[in-house]
Amino acid sequence: MRIMLKYDPGTATVLAAHDVSFAYGTEVVLEHVNLAVRAGEFAALAGPNGAGKSTLLRILLGLLAPRSGSVEVFGVGPHELRDRWRVGYVPQRPRIAPDLPATVEEVVATGRLAKRGWWRRRRADDRDAVEHALHSVALTDHRRKRLSELSGGQQQRALIARALAADPELLVLDEPIAGVDVDSQRLFRDSLVHLVQQHQAAVLLVSHELGAVADDLDRVIVLKHRVVFDGPPAELAATGVSLGVHRDDLPLWLEELS
Amino acid sequence: MGGLPGMPWALPWPFDRTYMQLALLAAVVVGAAAPLIGVFLVQKGMSLMGDGIGHVAVAGIGASLLLNTSPTWTALVVAVAAALVIEFLRARGNATGDLALALVFYGGIAAGVVLAGRSTTNTNLQPYLFGSILTATAADVWTVLALGAVIVVAVAITGRALLAVLLDEDSARVAGIPARALNVMLAVLTAVTVVMAMRIVGVLLIAALMVLPVATSRLVARSFRTTLLGAVGVGVASSVLGLFAARQWALAAGGTIVLVAAALFALASIVAGARRAGAQADSILAGPH
Repeated sequence: MRIMLKYDPGTATVLAAHDVSFAYGTEVVLEHVNLAVRAGEFAALAGPNGAGKSTLLRILLGLLAPRSGSVEVFGVGPHELRDRWRVGYVPQRPRIAPDLPATVEEVVATGRLAKRGWWRRRRADDRDAVEHALHSVALTDHRRKRLSELSGGQQQRALIARALAADPELLVLDEPIAGVDVDSQRLFRDSLVHLVQQHQAAVLLVSHELGAVADDLDRVIVLKHRVVFDGPPAELAATGVSLGVHRDDLPLWLEELS
Repeated sequence: MGGLPGMPWALPWPFDRTYMQLALLAAVVVGAAAPLIGVFLVQKGMSLMGDGIGHVAVAGIGASLLLNTSPTWTALVVAVAAALVIEFLRARGNATGDLALALVFYGGIAAGVVLAGRSTTNTNLQPYLFGSILTATAADVWTVLALGAVIVVAVAITGRALLAVLLDEDSARVAGIPARALNVMLAVLTAVTVVMAMRIVGVLLIAALMVLPVATSRLVARSFRTTLLGAVGVGVASSVLGLFAARQWALAAGGTIVLVAAALFALASIVAGARRAGAQADSILAGPH
């Protein structure tokens, strides 16, 4: 057994699932899932449609309780975590209210609520962080536009900026690449790589579209109700699935894994 | 009828009389405060919340006649309970916002009709529905002022968090924002506002001013902040113009205020439509990029 003597950003586990199982009624969705994401790691959770990715994500974030097993975020249960800003979450874009009369800047500013306390007024450091986050996804010029006026890719970038505004140590993204233009994909990739390399943050990307980040991932976890693969992309390639080559029909190839 | 200190103040016609000044104060406070709650209800697809809660509250007044309890307190208890049931149904995902509203309202109104049918006293419920703002007393105005202050403070403290909840409830919860508690607070605040204000200005006015100014403001405002402030402005303007017109042409005051609010919405629709058409024409003239 390894004993952790001090916080080491290279190896500290920031997110872990221990033997997590879940079922909707009698339909088993997750079976004995174990996984761990470490600080400074760029990981992807992939799998065919209906493999339980979204359910696992909700359990990891504390939005859903597992039937059995447990989840740890920075070493504690998701509900016991006091510094909620340490976890940044980018939801699927279609979940966002499409007609909300709010500017890009206002949306990004909601990302600061966890850091300063949701009941507090905005301060100068909040404004700086929002500014910085907008800049990092190249949306400074669009800050006063309504979110609904942006293209799909720009909206996705705004949601990433919202998560980045709190300087999270763990960023979890749900299907962030679907329907995103090439420019946005590049900016998106750059901001994630920057977060991992410069800030030693951990990133967990939940998607069945990994082509845009294929070369940057440290790890791929393939889920089909249970973990069927967990390792670097190169090892996945040895099983016959290449994130780069099979970028367009990755879910079908992942279906073949067992 | 007593006034506030110094009433009647030296205001020009039609606000020269004490009763008009009391009506003006009540209408302006309702016009400013109701949209502050309404902006969140409209965005949640629950525009009819104020109206429905009002009808349930009227049923509560019917029940108070039978039970021999205080009308206001009975209506308040019934309205808050209805608001909590609606929020519960909505949050559980058993029913969409509007279906949850319909379920509770029809049930509530039917119960009110049955209860009122059993009652021997025959009280006129019409003032509760359509209001009698021109008979507002100084005590009524103090009630409305206190209510307005509560709403302003509540929205000032929770508005940013409520915006995050409107954007996406899950990510708000991940960020540690108590989304459920805030939704419940909003539902309770709506019920309390409707009950306290309907006694003075009527369900029609309070419910309409929760929605119409917001609908108007959303058409032209870009940001959430300007949507809020714009809605408050439209609400206040509707109140002042409505009272003016009511005195000028001897019209029902509450109804006139609502008609002005509706007219301002129509005006904003035309302006927003013209602006959109202009923007399209610009982009066509500019040609392909």
